[in-house]
Amino acid sequence: MTLEKFNYDNKIVRNFAVVTVMWGIVAMLVGLFIALQIPFPGLNFEQHFTFGRLRPLHTNAIIFAFVGNGMFMGIYYSLQRLLKARMFSDTLSRIHFWGWQLIIVSAALTLPFGITAGKEYAELEWPIDIAIAIVWVIFGINMFGTIIKRRERHLYVAIWFYIATVVTVAVLHIVNSMELPVSFLKSYSVYAGVQDALVQWWYGHNAVAFFLTTPYLGLMYYFVPKAVNRPIYSYRLSIIHFWALIFLYIWAGPHHLLYTALPDWAQSLGVVFSVMLIAPSWGGMINGLLTLRGAWDRVRDNVELKFFVVAITAYGMATFEGPMLSLKSQNAIAHYTDWIIAHVHIGGMGWNGFLTFGILYWLIPRIYNTPLFSKKLAGFHFWIATLGIMFYTIPMYFAGFTQHFMWKEFTEDGVLRYPNFLETVVQIVPMYKLRAFGGLLYLTGALTMVYNLVKTAYSGKLIENEPAEAPALEKVYVEEHKGHWHRWIERRPIQMLMLSLILILIGGLVELIPTFMIKSNIPTIASVKPYTPLELQGRDIYVREGCYTCHSQMIRPFRFETERYGEYSKPGEFVYDHPFQWGSKRTGPDLQREGGKYPNSWHYNHMEDPRTMSPGSIMPPYAAMIENDLDTSSTAPKIRAMQTLGVPYPAGYDAQANADLMKQANLISADLAKDGIKVMSNKEVIAIIAYLQRLGIDIKGEKLTGNK
Amino acid sequence: MSVIIILISASLLVATGFLISFFWAVKTGQYEDDYTPSVRMLFDNELPKEENTVEKNNSVSNIKPQNDL
Repeated sequence: MTLEKFNYDNKIVRNFAVVTVMWGIVAMLVGLFIALQIPFPGLNFEQHFTFGRLRPLHTNAIIFAFVGNGMFMGIYYSLQRLLKARMFSDTLSRIHFWGWQLIIVSAALTLPFGITAGKEYAELEWPIDIAIAIVWVIFGINMFGTIIKRRERHLYVAIWFYIATVVTVAVLHIVNSMELPVSFLKSYSVYAGVQDALVQWWYGHNAVAFFLTTPYLGLMYYFVPKAVNRPIYSYRLSIIHFWALIFLYIWAGPHHLLYTALPDWAQSLGVVFSVMLIAPSWGGMINGLLTLRGAWDRVRDNVELKFFVVAITAYGMATFEGPMLSLKSQNAIAHYTDWIIAHVHIGGMGWNGFLTFGILYWLIPRIYNTPLFSKKLAGFHFWIATLGIMFYTIPMYFAGFTQHFMWKEFTEDGVLRYPNFLETVVQIVPMYKLRAFGGLLYLTGALTMVYNLVKTAYSGKLIENEPAEAPALEKVYVEEHKGHWHRWIERRPIQMLMLSLILILIGGLVELIPTFMIKSNIPTIASVKPYTPLELQGRDIYVREGCYTCHSQMIRPFRFETERYGEYSKPGEFVYDHPFQWGSKRTGPDLQREGGKYPNSWHYNHMEDPRTMSPGSIMPPYAAMIENDLDTSSTAPKIRAMQTLGVPYPAGYDAQANADLMKQANLISADLAKDGIKVMSNKEVIAIIAYLQRLGIDIKGEKLTGNK
Repeated sequence: MSVIIILISASLLVATGFLISFFWAVKTGQYEDDYTPSVRMLFDNELPKEENTVEKNNSVSNIKPQNDL
C-alpha cells in the first residue's frame, strides 16, 4: 500500500469564511434596520429603502449569503478531510466562489430597486435564477468529483447530508423558478394562484429543509465530534437520522397553506408528514447533544462548544415547534402572526447562526495555525448573542398570541371587539421595539466576532495548502473494470432502466410544466375576469413594492376573518394571479376584499402618507408613486406574456391595451378631481388604486352557495 | 390542481434517487461497520496538525510516519 501525498485547499475555505462573516454582518444590519422600520415608520426612505423592498433583501442575504457561504465554508473544509482528497478542481472551486458572490451582489443591486419575482425566498429575477442554477451545478460537479476521487471508501454521514442538499436544492430551485420573461428584469411565474402557492411552499418549506437544515446537520456531524474530540454518540442513529429525514421532509410543504384554498387531502398529507418529522429531527438533536456525554465540563471553557450546544438545542426547539405549528388548531393561531417570525428566528439565529459562529471560532485558528485572539471576547459574543435571541423571540411570541386573540375577540353582541385592525398593531408596537433591541444585541455579538477573527488571522499565517497523506483507494471490483467502459452498464440492465427512466422524467417534466400549467389555468368561477391593463400594471407595482411582505390576500374560513374582511377566499379567484400574492404575514390587514371598501381619494391620501388616513399606522409612505409616471411601454409585452400563460385576453389585445389603460386611468383621475385631488392620469398611483379597487370584487355579485 | 402531479412526481423523483442510493450504500457495505467511521473521522488530520503545532514556520517536509489510529 503506497502513501499518496496531497494538499487540502484551505484558501477556498478561508475565502468562504470571509464572505460568510461579511455578508452575515450586512444581512443582520438590514435585519436590524427593517426591525426598526416597523415601530418607527419614519425610517422608510422612498423609494429604495422601504420595508417591502428591504425585507426580501434581509431574508435572501441571511439564507443565501450568510448561511449559504457558511455552508460552503464548512463543506469545503470537512469534505476534503473526510474523503482524504483535495477538492476535485481548484478552478471549479473558484468559479463556485466568485459566481456565488456575484449572485449575492446582483441580489443586492436588484431587490432595493423593486426588481423582484414576488415569491418569498425566491424573489430574484430570472437571469439571476439561471445563474444560481449554473453555479449550483458547478458546486455539485465539484463535490461529486471529489467523492469519486476519494481515498476513503466509506462515506461519512455528513457527506450524505451534503449530497442530499446538492441534489434536492437543484430540483426545488428549478421547479419553483419556472417563469416567463417579459423583459430582461421582469418575468411572470408560469403557475397561477393556488398552483403557484403550492409550488412556492413546496419550495419554501424544502428550502428550509435542504438549504438551512440538511447541510448544517452534516456540519454538525463533522464539527461537533471534532470540537469535543469524541465520536458522535451513535453512528447508527446518525444513519437512521439521515435516511428518515430526507424521505419525510419533502412531503411536508403543504402545512404552510392550512385553511387556505388548497385541497384538504393535500393539507392533511402535509400535516401527517410534518408530525412524523419529529422522530428523525429529535434523533439528530439527541445524537448531537449526547456526543458531549462525559465531556460536559469542556463546555465551560470551550467557546465553540457553547455555541454548538445552543445551536443543537435551538434545532430541537424549532423542530418540535414546527410539527406543533403544522397541526391545524395551532396553525389557526400562529399563521399570519409574529409567532412564525419567532419560530424562524429560533432556527435562523439559534441553529444556523450559532453553528456558523462555533465553526468559525474552531476553524479560523486552525487554518491560520494560531490560537484564537481572545477567548473572553468570544465568550462575550456567546452570551450577548444568546440574550439577543431571547430578546428577539420572546416578545415575538407574545406579539403573536396577543394579536391573534385580539383579531378573534367578539363582544357579547357578536361583533368584533377590535374592528379596526390598527388597534391590534398599536398594541404590539412595544414588542417590535424589544425585538429590534434583541437584534441589536445579536449584531453586537457578531461584530465582536469579526474583530476577534480578524485579530486571530493577523496573528497567524494562512496555511493555504495543508499537506496530508493517505493510501490510495484499492479498487474492489477489479475484474469489472476490464474491457470497454460501457460493458459495466450493459451488465446492469435494471440500473440502466432506472437511469434512463430518471432522465426521461426530468426531460418530460421540463417540457411538460409550461404546457401543463397553461392548460389548467381555466377559470372555475365564470365572473372572475382577467385584470385590465391598468390593474395589471398596478399589480406589478404591488409586487415591486413587496406589499405581500405585510399584507395577505387570503381570507381563511373563520368567522373572525369573514367578519373582518368579507367572504373567504376561493381557489377560482386567483386563476390570473402570476405570481400569487397570498402573503404569509399580516403586519397590515388582509387585502383580498379591498376593492370598493374605500373611495379612490382615501387610497390616494393613504399612499401619500398612511398616517393622515389611519393615525398611528406603521405603513411606509408611497408618495413617490404620485410623482412617478407609469411605464406604459411595457403594457403590450405584459399582455402578450399573460396570453402565452393562458390568460384569455382577446387576440391582438396587446395593441389596444394602452388605449383601454388610459381610458380607465382618466376615469380614476376624474373621480379624484371630484374630491379636490389634482393628479395626472399617467401616474403610478392611479394604477395601484385601480388594482386595489379591483381586489376581490369579481365574486361579490355572485350568489355564493356551499364551499365552491 | 394539476400542479400537484408535477410536485408529486418531482418529489418522487428525488425520493427514488435517494432510495437507489440507499440500496447502493447497503449493497456496497457502507453500513456494515457502524462504529469505526465515527472514530476514524477524528483522526484524519492529525498528521498536518502535528506538523503545524510543532514546526511554526511551516516549512517541514511531508515525510512523516503514519499515525496509528
